[in-house]
Amino acid sequence: MKTRFDYAEIHDTAWCPGCGNMLLLKILREALEELQLEPTKVVIASGIGQAAKMPQYLKLNFFNGLHGRALPAATAIKMVNPELTVIAEGGDGDMYGEGGNHFLHAVRRNPNITHLVHNNMVYGLTQGQASPTSRKGFVTPIQTAGVINEPLNPLTLAIALGATFVARAFVGKQDETREVIKQAIQHHGYALIDIFDPCVSFNKLNTFKWYTENTYVIDSSYDPADKMNAYKKASEESPFPLGILYKSDTGPTFEEQLAVYETDKTSLYRRQRNSDVLNKLINTF
Amino acid sequence: MFDKEITIVLSGEAGQGLNTIESLLMKLLTKSGKHAFLSKEFMSRVRGGNNTTEIRISSDSIYAFVDKIDLLIVLGQNGIIRMEKRLTADTIIIGEIANIPQKYAEMGCRIIPVDFNAILGDLTVGIFLNNYIFGMLTGLLSCDIEIAQSLIRNHFLAKGEEIIAKNLTAFQRGVDFLGGMAIPISIKTDTAVTTKITLSGTEAISIGAIAGGCNFIAAYPMSPSTGVLVNLAKWSSEYGIAVEQAEDEISAINMMLGAWYAGARAMVTTSGGGFALMTEGMSLAGCIESPAVIHLAQRPGPATGLPTRTEQGDLNLALYAGHGDFPRIIYTPGNIEDAIMLSSKAFEMADQYQVPVILLTDQYFLDSIGMTDKINFTESTAANHIIETTPDYNRYDMTPSGISPRGIPGCGEGLVCVDSDEHTENGRITEDFDVRTDMVDKRMRKLTEYVDVEPELIGNKDYSILIIGWGSTFGAICEALKRMNRDDIAFAYFKQVYPIPKITRQLMSQAKIIISVENNATGQFANLLKMETLIDIPKKILKYNGMPFSVEELINKITGAISI
Repeated sequence: MKTRFDYAEIHDTAWCPGCGNMLLLKILREALEELQLEPTKVVIASGIGQAAKMPQYLKLNFFNGLHGRALPAATAIKMVNPELTVIAEGGDGDMYGEGGNHFLHAVRRNPNITHLVHNNMVYGLTQGQASPTSRKGFVTPIQTAGVINEPLNPLTLAIALGATFVARAFVGKQDETREVIKQAIQHHGYALIDIFDPCVSFNKLNTFKWYTENTYVIDSSYDPADKMNAYKKASEESPFPLGILYKSDTGPTFEEQLAVYETDKTSLYRRQRNSDVLNKLINTF
Repeated sequence: MFDKEITIVLSGEAGQGLNTIESLLMKLLTKSGKHAFLSKEFMSRVRGGNNTTEIRISSDSIYAFVDKIDLLIVLGQNGIIRMEKRLTADTIIIGEIANIPQKYAEMGCRIIPVDFNAILGDLTVGIFLNNYIFGMLTGLLSCDIEIAQSLIRNHFLAKGEEIIAKNLTAFQRGVDFLGGMAIPISIKTDTAVTTKITLSGTEAISIGAIAGGCNFIAAYPMSPSTGVLVNLAKWSSEYGIAVEQAEDEISAINMMLGAWYAGARAMVTTSGGGFALMTEGMSLAGCIESPAVIHLAQRPGPATGLPTRTEQGDLNLALYAGHGDFPRIIYTPGNIEDAIMLSSKAFEMADQYQVPVILLTDQYFLDSIGMTDKINFTESTAANHIIETTPDYNRYDMTPSGISPRGIPGCGEGLVCVDSDEHTENGRITEDFDVRTDMVDKRMRKLTEYVDVEPELIGNKDYSILIIGWGSTFGAICEALKRMNRDDIAFAYFKQVYPIPKITRQLMSQAKIIISVENNATGQFANLLKMETLIDIPKKILKYNGMPFSVEELINKITGAISI
């Protein structure tokens, strides 16, 4: 499918042959196209790592910043220009490791942004170390006797922190993933999708086959509005449920509640400066 | 007889509410035509301890801290011990007799006992002492009582009539108390002062930011930088400023960069420890060629150091923060006027040249209250340096100046792609060595056309001795030289410490003796000057105990440095 988000000048990507990111690139392009978004009105803020290179291969605006720091940049972009569709994208190390603190506080703020996290349970670009989502016992050149730490569960964490859209996807299930991404972008408020996205070079344990065998799509009878049930569902492992696990009405978003938009809804960048108000201020001293 | 000037020190505890009357008093002095300067030193605690406020009133303009105390008002048990070295036989001490040991009377100090509990009686000392003191000072300095009363009324307006009335009563008792004390103060008034404005360093930086078009601030609270965040939050609705208290300084600086990217004029405010966390963000600003304004409010390090004290120890940090090569500008205002001007200019230069600009201040500067002429901002409101993009827009267009027209997402037909990886002209990742070299060269030539904020030369142009200072030492150096009254000494006041202004070498070459004055342990600026001008400055007057230089101390040290 040809989309407005196809970046014509890609000759080769930095990804390995067979990388899950290739599939996700296609899925994301299609999702954006089906939502009929304008490339000039979409921004992806990303960090560092193979997943964070995603916007490099898309025709849209991007802020490819620092490792772990996509969420603060994405939040600020939305604060300054709420007219933009803002996506923060990166891998599990980027978003849950290096940027873990920002993850917590982005959920608490609830800006109207979509948070896409490629989860391959390993560090790819640095060549095979454990990530925050690596399973216990996973052997790496650093964790030579296997990972000791509990894997981080981003879904239960997000639900606990008050996120109003929490989902999991697997790139092997293209149609379902595209649908979840579309709904996440349309959600009014912060939306997290943890996307299983196998690393073909450095994770020989959690492979395409493994993800296929260890996931299932939740059926249509599932009620994502039930928070306690969602928490239980999000705790399930082997098999991991795929789909929108929790969704509720978000109320006003972070940027909508800023004092700066209280009486004037004009995006910050469109506003004119006025020296009269400044002179009024200086006269109070 | 105090006819030229007087130095009054209020010495109390944290939590006594003296902050309230500091700004009221300074406003009153301004409206009453008195030159004045107020500075503070305080302990890192919420209650108790010993905090002091020094207020100097003079017949001429002043902008410095002095050691010698003429009148000490003791407001607590610990109010006198730390001040001991600054008292002389001429000092007048007012306070509760229990708090003033006998030895001070034996030293020759004139003790004026006062029983706050008895005088305030029905009014709780803990709440109304501040306006009682305000009244005392109003009477003592022959300020306009009606103006003082209206200042109190305005300040407590929201608290209701009863509170206002009680504060006015406490104030009146203060005025009455000193009426009969025969303290001979007659400092002549200067009507030119009445049109001035009175504000703290923090307020000056905040107002300058708004004048510079700042409409976004993200910061994590850290002394002594927090006041700027507080002010912009207070003015958020009225002046259209998006404000966020970030989860950490790393988030704050990345928010600032995201905000500039989307079209805001954004800043962070922080201190050394916080800025240390921001250094990767500095580097990001360098690579994506984002404008950035960083208010770096210094306090003594390393690490937590002395959290509420002052130092100029972070110049090296500001100079070298961030990996890789990229240009930056560092401004160091030393008085209220320059703080407003440079804070405003920081946004303009950041936007125009697409570089990070650091405003380097310190605790002493930020917490001091001084006077400046009223500014009319009509002319100084600048337009954003943003273009509407076309479909073929390239964010990093290779221009002769190195400055590529800056677009923002959603404004025009083009795409705005910025990348912390080395990138091509359209902002996409590359590992091409030639592109890399071209991009580094492009970034490094951006300041070629930049016009320096030149150092201000104070004193005789035919000097043979040159004092070099930057930032908050301005006032003390000026007054020291004025008192020394020598025509062979001049002072080069640097308000831009990086890039080193082009005129610097010439200024230095003229002097037979150069003395640097810095509030740090190693002479960071002198070392930078040596590196850049190849002129060594062996005479360094340094102080790093957490306090600013006093005028007397500088006179001694400069005199000493010259005579060796």
